[in-house]
Amino acid sequence: MLTALLLVPVIAAALGLLLAADGPRRTVLVTAALVHAGLVAATFAHHPAPAFGGLLELDAPGQLFLALASLLFVAVAIYATGYLRAEGQTATKRDFQDGAAFANAPERIFTACLCLFLASMTLVTTTRNLSVLWVGVEATTLSSAPLIYFHRHRRSLEATWKYLVICSVGIALALLGNILFSVAFYDPASPIASMDLASMLPRAAAAGKPWLKAAFIFVLVGYGTKMGLAPMHNWLPDAHSQSPSLVSALLSGALLNCAFLGILRAYQVLGAAGLGDFGGELLVLFGLISMGLAAVFIVGQGDYKRLLAYSSVEHMGLLALGVGAGGLAVYGAMLHAVAHSLTKGALFLVSGNILALYHTRSCHDARGLSRALPVTAALWMAGFLAIAGSPPFGVFVSELTILQSLFATGHGLAGGLALACLAVIFVGMSVPVTRMVQGPLPPATRAPGRESALSLAPPLVLLGGALLLGLYLPAPLVRFLDQAARAVSLGG
Amino acid sequence: MQLFQSVMVALICVNLAYLAITRLRSLARLTAVQGALLAVVPLLFPDTASHAHVWLLSLAIFAIKAVGFPWLLARTLSRLEVNPVVEPYLGFNLSLLAGVCGLLFSLWLETRLPFPPGLFPPLLFPAALTTIFTGLTLVIARKKALTQVIGYLAAENGIFLLGTPLSGQGSVWLELSVLLDIFVAVFVMGIAIHHINKTFESIDVGRFCSLRD
Amino acid sequence: MQTNLHLLLALVLAPLLLGIVNRVKARFAGRQGKPLLQTYFDLAKLARKGAVLSRTTSWVFAAGPTVSLAAILCALLLVPAGGTVAPVRFAGDFMVMAYLLGLSRLALILAALDTGSSFEGMGASREACFSALAEPVLFLCFLCLISRSDGLSLSAFLQTPAAHLTPESLFVPAVLFVLLLTENARIPVDDPNTHLELTMIHEVMVLDHSGPDLGLIVYGAALKLWLFSALVVGTLVPVHGLSPLAAWAAWLGAMGLTALVVGIVESVMARLRLVRVPRLLGGAGALAALSLVLTLWR
Repeated sequence: MLTALLLVPVIAAALGLLLAADGPRRTVLVTAALVHAGLVAATFAHHPAPAFGGLLELDAPGQLFLALASLLFVAVAIYATGYLRAEGQTATKRDFQDGAAFANAPERIFTACLCLFLASMTLVTTTRNLSVLWVGVEATTLSSAPLIYFHRHRRSLEATWKYLVICSVGIALALLGNILFSVAFYDPASPIASMDLASMLPRAAAAGKPWLKAAFIFVLVGYGTKMGLAPMHNWLPDAHSQSPSLVSALLSGALLNCAFLGILRAYQVLGAAGLGDFGGELLVLFGLISMGLAAVFIVGQGDYKRLLAYSSVEHMGLLALGVGAGGLAVYGAMLHAVAHSLTKGALFLVSGNILALYHTRSCHDARGLSRALPVTAALWMAGFLAIAGSPPFGVFVSELTILQSLFATGHGLAGGLALACLAVIFVGMSVPVTRMVQGPLPPATRAPGRESALSLAPPLVLLGGALLLGLYLPAPLVRFLDQAARAVSLGG
Repeated sequence: MQLFQSVMVALICVNLAYLAITRLRSLARLTAVQGALLAVVPLLFPDTASHAHVWLLSLAIFAIKAVGFPWLLARTLSRLEVNPVVEPYLGFNLSLLAGVCGLLFSLWLETRLPFPPGLFPPLLFPAALTTIFTGLTLVIARKKALTQVIGYLAAENGIFLLGTPLSGQGSVWLELSVLLDIFVAVFVMGIAIHHINKTFESIDVGRFCSLRD
Repeated sequence: MQTNLHLLLALVLAPLLLGIVNRVKARFAGRQGKPLLQTYFDLAKLARKGAVLSRTTSWVFAAGPTVSLAAILCALLLVPAGGTVAPVRFAGDFMVMAYLLGLSRLALILAALDTGSSFEGMGASREACFSALAEPVLFLCFLCLISRSDGLSLSAFLQTPAAHLTPESLFVPAVLFVLLLTENARIPVDDPNTHLELTMIHEVMVLDHSGPDLGLIVYGAALKLWLFSALVVGTLVPVHGLSPLAAWAAWLGAMGLTALVVGIVESVMARLRLVRVPRLLGGAGALAALSLVLTLWR
């Protein structure tokens, strides 16, 4: 079944490249997404056996992030059919910032790269082998770079280049971390079988401690670059604001989680070696820096897609903070990952609708949303409330859990700082969002048509899921998240 | 052992050359030299487990790092119509000085770190660390996008060199997939540079200034 | 007797080195070239002529060539050759040698500045700049040689071959060769045959000297080439353990070979742009530092 999970997107990518007509290609995309989601649901019913001689093995944290990636991909695939149809209608486009003419990338490349992106994320989440994980994360970088460069103009090219170079160098540092892990576990008398967690966790207590610490630092910095932890997050606002909204949704909602999984694997090894406190302190530090930096850049932000990107940086910081603090906060972090992915995915898809109407990314120029696109405006407002952590949405529950645990376990200062950042971000985000929703339409806006169902249904469903998380947590979900949290914190 | 030391010294000289060379074409050819030296290294370890496995790895490293990458770089360079010199943010003499300081630092670090005994032959750790420093310096301190790619390759070479004594642990297919990944990365970067050249009419990354807060 | 033989050979044979260099360059260009002994004839011709002194110069200008030649002769006394020790040797004599060379250069620079002409001043400042960059490199090479032998005298560390043939034992002669090209105003640092004053470094510095003064300068340049060649040959060619005759023959052969290589280098390369010369010296310095670090590390 794990092999099938990998093969389905790859076959879809090949078909996407070969098919000439747009209609069948979009059907293939949606079908592949649904089949993949079905397979992932099946893994919950019947736990799959390891594949490729133990290279692929699904455990609770991996399954969690795989499910999130798959769910988000289904929403994005459905949204993409409407988006690609609208993009395909105009042949030459004008860049709305500087008026230059540009073209889009061929749709077949876009579809193929989307499927390969899903395949590489599946590879990252279904393996417990550090080397295979590295290959998967590098593959996500390479498959998502053409996606960012879908609208082929200067700014997206600049964003793509920054993304490529910064993330490649970061992932190279993560490879150095992997090598240092090998050095830590080096024992000529009984050599370790492979870099698999199953071989590493039992021997972790006997490994060389300074090497484990050095390895974790490199892995944290390396995968942290990919995850968007400050101060390595510089590619994130540019890539998220310049890429098509559905790609931004996938990047924020699925890719950042996969990068976080890389850090979690290293954290598991550290925990098994008894160095969990060291790793936790570092995670808390990076988490607080991310939240603080995001707060600074959200206040007064003029571009609503960059606003959402910095919000992603903040929430990744919160995830790191939760896992680093330990205890109940780890469960809170797992719940937060789910809530954040759903909410941020919905928000980016909604921002795509806004961009399609107003042709500007500025918060000042895109006003009167409630008059032009009422359902979109409602989703936008609700999404803002959700992501900023107000009840009754799921993010509120997870943030409350994390903060409660922080204050209860003696991380009072960290909790206080996090709370202050959250407050600043709430106020900072509310200003542009409310400005966009209210007010009269700018005179230059063209008349909005009916809001298409394809552009509304995916974000509505995702946001509904986030709402549901806040109102009622089903017991199987709680058990599953608890299992994931236990695996991460105890290293078992 | 003497041969091994000489190869390490040659690698260090190649790193210093990376920092001092002014022509893009020579820089691209230097990656071939470094790749060839790197391909020889796995064969010089006296206690390799299975010889066929090591020869395969060595051959793959040669094919990708000494032939594949220079070919990709030369192909990208020939399609660009740019001024074929390296334009620095940090001058060449200062870069050389920084390289020598990096070498001194890595030699000092080798004496301070608690290595597992018998794992790293002498001079391997400083050579690898110097290569990583050189690569990162090239990424940061040079203006053109192509030199950033060459710097990334040099950093990957250094990391790979550090991992060669450990290639006995873990299967050779994983090493090969790492190599293949980097190859595809350079391929994608080459395509990106081609687009940058067409769009910006130069490959100077200092022109990337429109995205900011 | 043996130790004084070096001085005698240097005094007699130094202009021959210049002749070899010129002959090799001519042969590479497809010409017959000057006779090998041409420099001797030039020196004799210059000795017969009278000197023309500008009215704006002072005693500094007149004394410059003399002081320069005297300093180089003293420096030559410190250099060992042919498997024997130098006539004068003591601990730390390499520093004295370096600064005697500096003194000779200083005398020529002051003489050039004394003329008050802008051409000479330009040449003097360029020469001072490049020599200032070359001096640390020379000292790095000496440090490298000292650390691999014992003894602080040129005679002690110059003719001691390295214990093993390591890469760094090949770097030091290479760096010393680059220094030879720099200090003797050879391509790629300076073109001795150019007639364009704005491109000259050394030649323009001595533009105003004539007659016997110019003869002293040319002879001094030949001796300086001999001195640096002796340094290069001393680090590269092991003549220990051979009989005196064989040792001297090998050593003289190596000197001739060095002149040949200088000629070849001058023929196949073009002169570097002036802004590139510091980079060349920087690269040589980095190589010297590398060999020093590696020698110490072993």
